[in-house]
Amino acid sequence: MSTRLTQGGRRIDRNKPVTFSFNGTRLKGFEGDTLASALLANDQMMMGRSFKYHRPRGVVASGAEEPNALMNMGEGGKFEPNQRATTTEIFDGLAAKSQNHWPNLEFDIGVVNNAFARFLPAGFYYKTFLFPRFAWKHIYEPFIRQSAGLGQAPKARDADTYEHFYFFADVAVIGGGLAGLQAAKTAALSGAKVLLMEQDPHWGGRSMVDGGELDGKPVAEYIAALVAELEGMENVTLRSRMMGAGVYDHGYLLGYERLRDHAPALVGPRHRLWKIRAKQIITATGAIERPLSFAGNDIPGVMLAGALRDYIADYGVSAGDRVVVVTNNDDAYKTALAVKAAGLDVPVILDARADGGGAAAEAARAAGIRVENGKAIAKVTGGKRVKSVKICAQAGEGGVLEEIACDAVAMSGGWSPVVHLWSHCGGKLLWDEEHAMFRPDETRPPLGADGAGFVIPAGAANGVMDMGVGLTDADHAGRRAVEALGLVAKTVRLPDFEQAAEAPLQPVWMMPQGAGPKLRMKAWLDYQNDVKVSDVQLAAREGYESVEHTKRYTTLGMATDQGKLSNINGLAVLSETLGQAIPETGTTTFRPPYTPISIGSIAGEARGEVFQPVRRTPMYDWHAANGAHWEPVGQWRRAYAYLRGDESVHEAVNREILATRESLGLLDASTLGKLIVKGPDAGKFLDMLYTNMMSTLKPGKCRYGLMCSENGFLSDDGVVVRLDEETFLCHTTTGGAERIHGHMEEWLQTEWWDWKVYVTNATEQWAQIGVVGPNSRKVLEKLGGVDVSKEALGFMEYTAGKLGGFDARIFRISFAGELSYEIAVPASQGRALWDALFEAGAEFNATAYGTEAMHVMRAEKGFIMIGDETDGTIIPQDLGLSWAISKKKEDFLGKRAQAREFMANPERWQLVGLETVDGSVIPDGAYAVAEGHNANGQRNVEGRVTSTYYSPTLGKGIAMGLIHKGPERMGETVDFPGTDGKTYTAKIVSAVFYDPEGEKQNV
Amino acid sequence: MSDVRSALAGASFEGIARVAEAGLRGMISFRGDLSASKVKSALKAVSGVEMPGQRGCVVNGARGLAWMSPDEALVMVPHAEAEDAVSQLNKALKGQHFMAENVSDARAVFTVSGRHAREVIAKLAPVDMAGFGPGEIRRTRIAQVAAAFWMDEADALTVVCFRSGAEYMFGTLKMAAQPGSEVGVY
Repeated sequence: MSTRLTQGGRRIDRNKPVTFSFNGTRLKGFEGDTLASALLANDQMMMGRSFKYHRPRGVVASGAEEPNALMNMGEGGKFEPNQRATTTEIFDGLAAKSQNHWPNLEFDIGVVNNAFARFLPAGFYYKTFLFPRFAWKHIYEPFIRQSAGLGQAPKARDADTYEHFYFFADVAVIGGGLAGLQAAKTAALSGAKVLLMEQDPHWGGRSMVDGGELDGKPVAEYIAALVAELEGMENVTLRSRMMGAGVYDHGYLLGYERLRDHAPALVGPRHRLWKIRAKQIITATGAIERPLSFAGNDIPGVMLAGALRDYIADYGVSAGDRVVVVTNNDDAYKTALAVKAAGLDVPVILDARADGGGAAAEAARAAGIRVENGKAIAKVTGGKRVKSVKICAQAGEGGVLEEIACDAVAMSGGWSPVVHLWSHCGGKLLWDEEHAMFRPDETRPPLGADGAGFVIPAGAANGVMDMGVGLTDADHAGRRAVEALGLVAKTVRLPDFEQAAEAPLQPVWMMPQGAGPKLRMKAWLDYQNDVKVSDVQLAAREGYESVEHTKRYTTLGMATDQGKLSNINGLAVLSETLGQAIPETGTTTFRPPYTPISIGSIAGEARGEVFQPVRRTPMYDWHAANGAHWEPVGQWRRAYAYLRGDESVHEAVNREILATRESLGLLDASTLGKLIVKGPDAGKFLDMLYTNMMSTLKPGKCRYGLMCSENGFLSDDGVVVRLDEETFLCHTTTGGAERIHGHMEEWLQTEWWDWKVYVTNATEQWAQIGVVGPNSRKVLEKLGGVDVSKEALGFMEYTAGKLGGFDARIFRISFAGELSYEIAVPASQGRALWDALFEAGAEFNATAYGTEAMHVMRAEKGFIMIGDETDGTIIPQDLGLSWAISKKKEDFLGKRAQAREFMANPERWQLVGLETVDGSVIPDGAYAVAEGHNANGQRNVEGRVTSTYYSPTLGKGIAMGLIHKGPERMGETVDFPGTDGKTYTAKIVSAVFYDPEGEKQNV
Repeated sequence: MSDVRSALAGASFEGIARVAEAGLRGMISFRGDLSASKVKSALKAVSGVEMPGQRGCVVNGARGLAWMSPDEALVMVPHAEAEDAVSQLNKALKGQHFMAENVSDARAVFTVSGRHAREVIAKLAPVDMAGFGPGEIRRTRIAQVAAAFWMDEADALTVVCFRSGAEYMFGTLKMAAQPGSEVGVY
């Protein structure tokens, strides 16, 4: 059984008990425990079920590489699936649940898949597509949906907050083990600004467990001194619980800091995503131990040798009383000695190497441990826990020589450098034959904008597994980093050390070497995705030669651990099956993040109220307090209509329109774009931007203008006002202000850079109010101060003055077809003017109207709306706006394009008015159908609706649409089938439904 | 006109830093040849300070000048004096090619102050706040909106954004200044 030892555990505080729950059972651990160590201490060896076959699974590793022990963590707003028990620090009240089983962990219906495993081979999912169609829909899909999947999806809104942090460093060091600390010191002493991050809460990495001596003293002392020294340096920032998540172009690096995962009761953000710019990045990310591929290597109790001794050293937890060690290298002997030192039994060390180990093996024998060379595990017995191992010769086919009872197996297939962060941005790897591992090829690093490398590997991450040699390598990395910055690298004294004498490792990709199909079907490569040796071999037999294809076909390495344990073993098996060397097969691509990061940390502050900017006009609060039914327009919130009492939106719109047409309506038009264009060449510039002539406009006059892209398509429209000889005010659409400002700047900066024109976006300087309706003049006269009579201020004229004490610009323009004015005042005065207009307008039933009433009223007048009548494919000529296109100008943006054959084609659909024969409203977006069908069997069409409304003024439905040869077909009818099954028949009429002579606006 | 209103009526928040809406400021967007001596003296006449260099700003109470781009400066004066300052510039530079627009009301202004003020900004703007000091300005973004900020004195920053985004800016600054969110790197 796994249990807590009476002694040991450098990370735990035995005086501080912690209570947590697992699958609803209350358990005890100590402060400093991870969930995995605490569960092992409670003899909870089985921690989950596998993805595909629902096999019982226990913890395999002790760190970020863990594939099995994934938990549903927390509850409600704190719930998160797929959390690794090995990197989860426990706290009082932690609630974890195991995943991927039903009804419970001990008894799981899904395990039936295990019995049918031979029907679920590699590529099973794809093969289901080959069967009859009905089988996919009725058998496979429901079955796969039910059985697949790891954790549950969160249902509640995330209760935590998250944030970003921008940081800049000369040298960023990823990994706070011995190598990272040493590299940081060398770089810092040479004057670089250094950021050092470590994913674990503790500094020192593996050397804290594996020990050794530096300068004749325990390595832990050296590490403590190193950390203290770095902490004392002004130019060094140390962050623990922060993982280097990804390395990107230009020295961009993501650091994922877990602030509250270990203490969720503390106030403050849960995670902080650091967005770092580093001139040089040192990856001191260590190495990960590889499993061995023998039958039953996934039974709970089979663990990585390094992890098994981590649990003893770090947490005082033993995985079992009798631990069989199986290895192909010397390192695993440390585990045997650690188990023995903890007072537990190691019945045998199985060393697959015929010649066995070196000094380590001597030490083990001296400690009284039986060591068997050239031996292997034929099979592990047990279901939910290891019962015994059956021993065989590594060179054979698995003939059992002996069975040894045990409750844990420590395996080691050698170590693989963590090359992920080196590789993220293009660092290349080379195959190290001697150590059977891929390590960074320092001659081919990720390259920065200057063509020079910006990532430097150090220590075990660079394939240097010896502690002392690793220190030298790390110092070298630190020196290279500061030299790349142009600094002089200071000489740093390195401690004396004795290099361990290790016997060479022997690559073992399958155990035993000649394992038959039965054993291979139970030898796991990828625990999390349930991929076995037999699956990869099958893929190779079926013709999958590329490792990238095999990965996708078998799903090897595609789980949340991205194959940290399985990649090398998997591609070695593939290589052997294909009969080629491992480097010929190559690796799959390493992609960020190194381990999954929370979606919340990516979103940062962008949630709830500040998920997106919502732009508000100075009158926003009034709208909110007066029943505004909101409409997003760009990032603005505008009132669509103002609802009174239990009025519907439709009723409100009708009321607003009638009140405006009968007496007085007020519109918050502040969102309209207002670009100031000034300079001696301003007129010439606007002549190029607008299709019509603007340079001839007299100061104090207004003119409606159209803007096209250089491809001729209508882009924006609005009223241009000439404020003085050199200055124009260009109104744009609400959504167009920033875009048109950018458009103007682009032409000024890239094409007409020698023209004397400046542009300022003054949109937000002004609150603008449409004062609309037959009584609009009267209400302005009541405010007083400016003569707004017909004689003083004619239609399409502008004046400025003190209107009722307000600093007002008054434009006599009309979008509703009534007598109307637009009044602009500085934004700080906007709300006061709005209130004053309602007060003065009370006797005229002053009514606020929203964007929908505005839309309906302009449609009644046949005015186009950018975005309704236009969609990026429409030219002004399509909309009957030829009158606004200057024939005199030599050039303007779009002129040449509009002369092209297709643009000038009389067959283009043209804008007309549409009036249903029965007064009903044509559905939005409806198409007019023509005779016959096209090549796809679809009904031919001859036009479409662009705007369609119920007009309360006229008491019937009105619409505008683009119809084939529309203007020539006045009086004809066209049919619009609706999605409601009805067909709407409409007569083609003039688009101007209301006051065609324009008498009402011109009084 | 007495009833003038800033966007948030002086709202404030205390967290790891104090965030407060600073009310209305007079601001003039000036475009022109910033190296011309006539321009320099006209800008000094209205602001009372010398034109700063690239990414620089000089602020003295309500008055100041900030470099915004190679041909753009921000002129700061008391809110009530902005229109007069524009007239003054127009008069002084008559005949020259330039632009002076009163944008006072297009803006919302916030102060972020306290020991962790720089950290609050560094959570939202892609700027190296470690070496950022008085006399510098950044025209950048804060979270998802355009913004500019400068440091008035150690641990006191002024943030400027568009008026329509005032609520959003206040919300994000509050979020970044939430209690318990100290980073502790400066």
